[in-house]
This record gives sequence, structure tokens and C-alpha cells, in this order.
Amino acid sequence: MSLDFKPTFDGFFRDETFVGDFTFRNSPASIRRFPFPFDRDEYMYSVNIEPHVPVVGRPNSVFQHAFDVDEHYVSEMRDRARVLAQDPLRCQSLPHMELAGWDLLELIMESKARDYPQWFSLSKSGDQWHWINRPLGIEQRFTFLDSSTLPYGPLEYITRQTQGDFTLQDERDQNLWVDAGMVTTQADWSLDFDIGMNFFEWHAPVPLAHEKGIFDRALKFLLKLQNGAPVRRFNWTMTVNPLLDTAPETYPEWGTMRTTVTPENVGEKLHLRVELQALFRLPRSNAIAFSIRAYLGRFDELVTVPKWGRRLHRVVRDLHPDLAAYKGFLRNRDAMAQWLSQYDDGAPTSPGIWPED
Amino acid sequence: MSGGAKIPVRVAEVVTVNALIKRFRFVARDGSELPAFSGGAHVVVEMDDAGTRRLNPYSLMSDPSDRSGYEISVRRDDQGRGGSLFLHNNVTAGMEMVLSHPMNLFPLDNRARKHLMIAGGIGITPFLAQIKQLVRFGGSFELHYAARNPALAAYADALKAAHGGKVNLYFDDEGQQIPLADLLSRQPLGTHLYVCGPKGMLNWVRQTATACGWPEHAVHFEEFLAPQPGKAFDVELTVTGKTIHVTETQSLLEAMEAAGVDAPYLCRGGACGQCETRVLRCDGELLHRDLWLTDAEHAEGTKIMPCVSRFDGRALAIER
Repeated sequence: MSLDFKPTFDGFFRDETFVGDFTFRNSPASIRRFPFPFDRDEYMYSVNIEPHVPVVGRPNSVFQHAFDVDEHYVSEMRDRARVLAQDPLRCQSLPHMELAGWDLLELIMESKARDYPQWFSLSKSGDQWHWINRPLGIEQRFTFLDSSTLPYGPLEYITRQTQGDFTLQDERDQNLWVDAGMVTTQADWSLDFDIGMNFFEWHAPVPLAHEKGIFDRALKFLLKLQNGAPVRRFNWTMTVNPLLDTAPETYPEWGTMRTTVTPENVGEKLHLRVELQALFRLPRSNAIAFSIRAYLGRFDELVTVPKWGRRLHRVVRDLHPDLAAYKGFLRNRDAMAQWLSQYDDGAPTSPGIWPED
Repeated sequence: MSGGAKIPVRVAEVVTVNALIKRFRFVARDGSELPAFSGGAHVVVEMDDAGTRRLNPYSLMSDPSDRSGYEISVRRDDQGRGGSLFLHNNVTAGMEMVLSHPMNLFPLDNRARKHLMIAGGIGITPFLAQIKQLVRFGGSFELHYAARNPALAAYADALKAAHGGKVNLYFDDEGQQIPLADLLSRQPLGTHLYVCGPKGMLNWVRQTATACGWPEHAVHFEEFLAPQPGKAFDVELTVTGKTIHVTETQSLLEAMEAAGVDAPYLCRGGACGQCETRVLRCDGELLHRDLWLTDAEHAEGTKIMPCVSRFDGRALAIER
């Protein structure tokens, strides 16, 4: 069996690529709902965790639903299938994590069927489930908790149909262990390398934050995460060309693209890559699901919002060099700041992330 | 609101299990499915006992995959502070109550090749849910269950009938004791050990496991501390600017709540860490009774867990 994939681009979903000719773009409406991550004109780490609930008065925001589905959905799923065909180890699950995979499948199917009934439906008769994914042309009848009735394990099955990377953390010995995941849209880290590591081990490469005790506090917080009360945070980096897959495994294919930036092409080459990360306690396995949803915003798209143009310039210009190096754009930072400066007239910016404030 | 999301429920059924234990079944008031949970999880039951708010944690014993209702079993504690007495004497079918979402501080290690379970008395309850979960997914387990006598060994007959040789019973009145050292010395590699029961049993099992060379990460235990009564004391709350009195039978957390202070909590048994509070001034002795803070932190005296710990002395100020 395999996941038969008959995508439909019905006028809402864009038909675009994240490799080769890079036809990825954001529509004007998509730019307005871009999750701009900076709520002030400078950036430093913080334990910036908040409840993953809709924002009052912002019904169209990426925070509205547990799993945001946007105009890039169908093309992103096609890109994921492409990456998995080349490297099946992008999705792995250690043997004790299958129940957590079912937890995640249930969470996503119930959420999407409730939040996007025009695209997804789920009906249940006891353990006999019937799932329809209209944008991808998928219809599946299966037995809940019986993996032999799906073309893939539950984690792989549902994350081939869900934007964003996912890891599943087992909780043991007062620590979290990344023992399963689907990772094809990552900012230069490897599931195959990290799988089986604990919270401190997989965060070891992050500069400055260990010394600040951020990971000790974050772990203590996460161990108390409750079912029914998910939380979220932002992370961000920069990507040259709209590449979803910037993995260590494919570094030879994309790493050199960072040398192609010139003062003239910054606006179209550089993308602010924002990760909307959410954490869910899973009910049956007591594991924690971590979703890492990457949004790409071209610099010349983002500066159409005057507040964001000013602020992005100031953040890029003033960022601690260790962080710019870790995020992989130290070599292009001056060109980026120079290009962005034409959109910064020095006017004050309002607090908060929203475009029109 | 502290304590996380709440579930409004109705008591569907109250069943007398034996002379000391009653079983309560809760269903969602709106008839919907309750959240699934994992074997070993507990809920905090909120009680309004003639104006006194009581919040006690109880392990869920029903099938974790059955989302139509939750079941708990409560042992009557005549010397306790009143939560179990309230449930036994006042709670009847049809009453509306409020539960916390399930939270698991005693989960199965799903990597285990075998789960070896040691239960004492009412400590059987989390294992009932875990065994249902393991049976469903084909996990290997072996239960050793000690009770005073057959009449007080709740659910022993049903367990024996369903699982035969995997269930081993021991009765104090008949002079029987779990052959622990022998058991622990002949388990296959990859076995995890779980124990839930009275404090004496927990200590015995943990010490024996250590003596037998069991690695710490393979030994799991569930210990809920009921807040113990003690001398009354006063405490200054620096953030809310109140000074409150903690009576002999109240916990510090309960006294704060009674004064309208929304203090954080989850397990209310000294185990989860949610209510950790900084001590700003202490002229006297902190009576630490929690399982969360380390020995070093207890000695340092700059933190307190208000759900179970108390104070004896002249003046105490905490950051709340």
C-alpha cells in the first residue's frame, strides 16, 4: 500500500515549488497573516512560551487553530513526499512510540475535521474510522490503534498530510527523549542524528541559552504540560531561497546557495523563516508532541508592511554575532542590513507583532 | 485559573466495593466523551464540603481507552482531614462535581520488556488502568498485590479471573509476604518495577531494589502525600499583600485559596512541583513534606511546596 496522492489546486491552494525553479510566493493575504516573530526592535532569547489558543480579535491569524492549514498546504505535502522518497530516514519512530503516533493522528484528525470541515472529515464507528482529505484526494478507512490497516505507521501517515515537522518526546527519568519524528522542513538539524537524545543533548549546539539556565527552566515547565492545554513559542532563522528542506543530509545541495547573495538580490533571495512551535501533551502515551511549522517570508514581501520593514532592519543590524552565526547568516548580515535600511526611516515602531498597529 | 482546565462531570454511579472502599464513576455533564488518558494518571476531585473546599487527587482505575467515563476507588480514612469521608458519606449518583484533566506522574515505561507491579491495599488502583492498557497493546506484566485479607483485597477476584497466573495475592492476616528479594533477583533484562502502596511498602521495595542492583531508572513509584495536620501558623504573602492564618487542619495551599489567592497547583500531593513558592523570610523552621525539592533545597530553606509543607516558628513570608 502507499499513500495515493491526487492533489487538487482549487484556486486557494498554490501550485509552487521549494526547489529548482523556486516558484514559492506568498499571496498578499498570506503576507498579512505572516507570523512576524519580533514584538520589539531587538532580539534575545527568552522563555517565550504562551498558551496555544486563538488570539482574541485576530480570527484569520496562524494561531486560530491547533494546526494551521494555509495556501501552501498541497505544495508542501508534495515537497515532503519528494524528500521522503530520497531519504526515508527523515521519518523514524522507535518501537515504544507507536502509541504516541496514534495519539498524534487522533489529535490532528479531530482538529482538522473540526476546524476545516470543507477540506477534512472524520467519522467514527467505534474503532472503525473513516478519514477524508479532499485537498490531497485521500480517503481511508482504518481501525484505530491497528497499524496494519494504514499504509504507513500512524505518525508517518498523518504527518505526510500535515504541514510542519513533528517530533514525539517520551517522558522518562524527569527528562524528555526525542524518540520519534517526521522532519523534512528543518533549519539544519537532523532527526537521524538526534533520535534517542534527551532534552539537554539535542539542545547542546544552541549558544548562550544554556548559560542563562533557559533549558533547565523550559524542561521543568514542559514536564508539567497538561493534556488539553497546549503551549506555543516562536523560533526564527534566515534561509536563502525558499527552501523548506535545509537538512544537514542535503547541505551540499543548498549550503552554497548562501554565497549567491548580492546587494541587488537580497529582496528576492532572503527569506525570514519563522517556526511556530507548539507542544501538546498526548493523552494515551503521556508523550509530548512538538510541532515545528515553518513559514517563509521573502524580504521583499515582508517590507510591504512598513512596521515590519523598519523592525526587521533593526533586528538584523543589531543581532549578537554568535546568534547570527548560529542561525547561519553572519556572512550575509551586512548585505541584508544594507538592503533593509532603505525601508527604515527611523520612525518609532509600535509594540507587538501585528502588521497594522 | 490555577490547576489547569477543568472537566464538569456528573456522578453516574457509586458502588460499595468492600467495608472500606467505594467506587465512583463520573461522566461528562454534556454527555460528550472525556479525554483519553494513560494508565497511572490521576485526577483532582473538587469537593464542596459544607463550605470547605477540598481538592484531593485519586488515581484513575478505569480502562484508559474508555472515554465514556472515569472511575476512581476511594478508601475511607477515618483519621484523615475529610476528603475521603465526604466522598463516602455525601456523594451520591446524580451529583454534579468538577475534575481536573488527567495528569500522569506514574506512567508506564513503554520501552520495558516486562512490567513488574507491586501493589499494597488501595495502591492497586493505578495498576488496574495500566493492566488494561497493557492487555490492549500486548505488553507483558506480572502483579504482586498485598492486602490485609481477602475481604479487603479490592478487585483481586476479578484480576485473578481475568489474568490467572500473572496475578499473585498475599494476605497479611494469613502471614503471607511478597517474596520481594527473590522476585527481584530473577527478572528478565529490560524489566521495569512499579510500586504503589503505603509509605512503608514503598521504602521496602525501593531499598530492596537498590540492594539487588536495580538501576534507578527502572524503578517507578507513586506516592501521594495527603497534607498532614500540624500546628497553626501565620504567613505573609508578599505579592498579594495579605497575611493569612493556616489552621491546624488546613494546608498552606488551602489557606491561601480560602483567602481568595489564586495559587498554582496540580497534584496537591507534593509530587508535581507546580506550587513551588519562594520563601523570602523565615524566622523558624520549614516543615518540608514534599517529594519535589531536593534534600539540598530543603536544607537551604528558600523554597516551599504549600500543598503539603508547613511552618513552625515566629514569622514566615512567601512570594505569592
